[in-house]
Amino acid sequence: MSYITALKCRECGQDYPVEPLHVCETCFGPLEVVYDYGRIRGAISHKLIESRARNLWRYRELLPVDNEPDIGPCSGFTPLLHAKRLGAEVGVKKLYIKDDTVNHPTLSYKDRVVSVAITKAREFGFTTVSCASTGNLATAVASHAARAGLKCYIFMPEGVESGKIVGSAIYGAKVITIRGNYDDVNRLCSEIADKYGWAFVNINLRPYYTEGAKTFGFEIAEQLGWKLPDSVVIPTAGGTILPKVAKAFKELKDVGLVKGGAPKIHSAQAAGSAPVIHALHKGVDLISPVKPNTIAKSIAIGNPADGYYVLGAVRESGGWGEMATDEEIVEAIKLLARTEGIFAEPAGGTTLAVTLKLLAQGRIRPEESVVVSITGNGYKTLEAVAGAVEQPFVIEARLDDFDALFERLADGKRLAGAA
Amino acid sequence: MAVRVRVPTPLRRFTAGNGEVTASGTSILEVINDLESRHPGMRERLLDDKGEIRRFVNIYLNGDDVRFLDQLKSAVKDGDDISIVPAIAGGR
Repeated sequence: MSYITALKCRECGQDYPVEPLHVCETCFGPLEVVYDYGRIRGAISHKLIESRARNLWRYRELLPVDNEPDIGPCSGFTPLLHAKRLGAEVGVKKLYIKDDTVNHPTLSYKDRVVSVAITKAREFGFTTVSCASTGNLATAVASHAARAGLKCYIFMPEGVESGKIVGSAIYGAKVITIRGNYDDVNRLCSEIADKYGWAFVNINLRPYYTEGAKTFGFEIAEQLGWKLPDSVVIPTAGGTILPKVAKAFKELKDVGLVKGGAPKIHSAQAAGSAPVIHALHKGVDLISPVKPNTIAKSIAIGNPADGYYVLGAVRESGGWGEMATDEEIVEAIKLLARTEGIFAEPAGGTTLAVTLKLLAQGRIRPEESVVVSITGNGYKTLEAVAGAVEQPFVIEARLDDFDALFERLADGKRLAGAA
Repeated sequence: MAVRVRVPTPLRRFTAGNGEVTASGTSILEVINDLESRHPGMRERLLDDKGEIRRFVNIYLNGDDVRFLDQLKSAVKDGDDISIVPAIAGGR
């Protein structure tokens, strides 16, 4: 049972049927799913949602699917951790980590959007799914496609690390590397989607795919006891998740699941790929593309198509945004790991580093309830921090040797970088 | 100055369904104006009412985004390859 009524252009408002379409024929604006909120309001309740399995489909009335979903049965509903030790260190009592490092099955927030996209691909009758990606998106598509029994092609720029290829090929996906950069790959994929009629999750299924990102926001509200936080900090790459979390909060109010609350929504980018933050700080709408250069590869998108909507959502919410240098990102990854036992990828380090800056600037007040969005797992990006952790101490298998070492360590004579 | 222009699906109703057409001009703007004369309706799909490239349109000249070149004034020469591609996002 679906509550979708149409697709609508976010720019010019033109209506389209519920089909695998993603751009407006008139203005090339992105298409967005339209729901019948009146009917949803009558159908949905806290009790109904709480009676369902702990996955992203517990909010299915607010997702663009028709049938009983069976893709991603364990995706979503990741922990919202009260980060007491980190909070004590940074002076915030109500600090929470929304932890998608443990999203099932591929350890990033992409399991949400891809679950919705693959469900929709099957509803539309596609037999082949695809994407252009070198990282989290590729592994999520390859994994969910495998379980759905769909053929899968993953496109990457040539020269990516072998681990990235393994991470998709292991699921049986065909991996194609392109002689060119990431933009070249994206351009080719648009052309392939047109010619071959495949479901590219973030191209022709994009209006459906992006809706999956709302579940990140739904869960934050439910896990806070159906309340909205005062501030949420979210990383920005292509610009999918932040506006969708804003939409999620609005929808929860519209359908009567949450009363009140007006969270400030803050954007976090890496300094080496911060076109949205530059525009935010300059107070302009025009986002000038940049050539990304940062260790935070998963958010290194220099020309974010939805950046404009990130600006809109941040400004409307009274939030702000900052960028973090690679050094700050690494320090924040280490801080989160040693205080809360969570190992984030550089995008998560970016988000935490930016949270600290916004606290220092007074954009976030210490008495607020603050949610830091951690969208990917550090075990996938070991190379980003490998040089920044303490090297192991090497000793012989003799107790005397350990005694001597321990004395040295206990004396505080630790090597550089020891925590 | 004949160039090859690849046309995305949403614009093919202006090109009788062709995914690739030829056009001429010495700059991107001239090529767009030429496209308009051959396939009326194209220009307003690509440029906004201020005459700038629409926010959700990317134009590539020999594989390079013209926003990194000289925008609409980017110089075009015989045999160049132009792609019109809707902006994509969605992360990596």
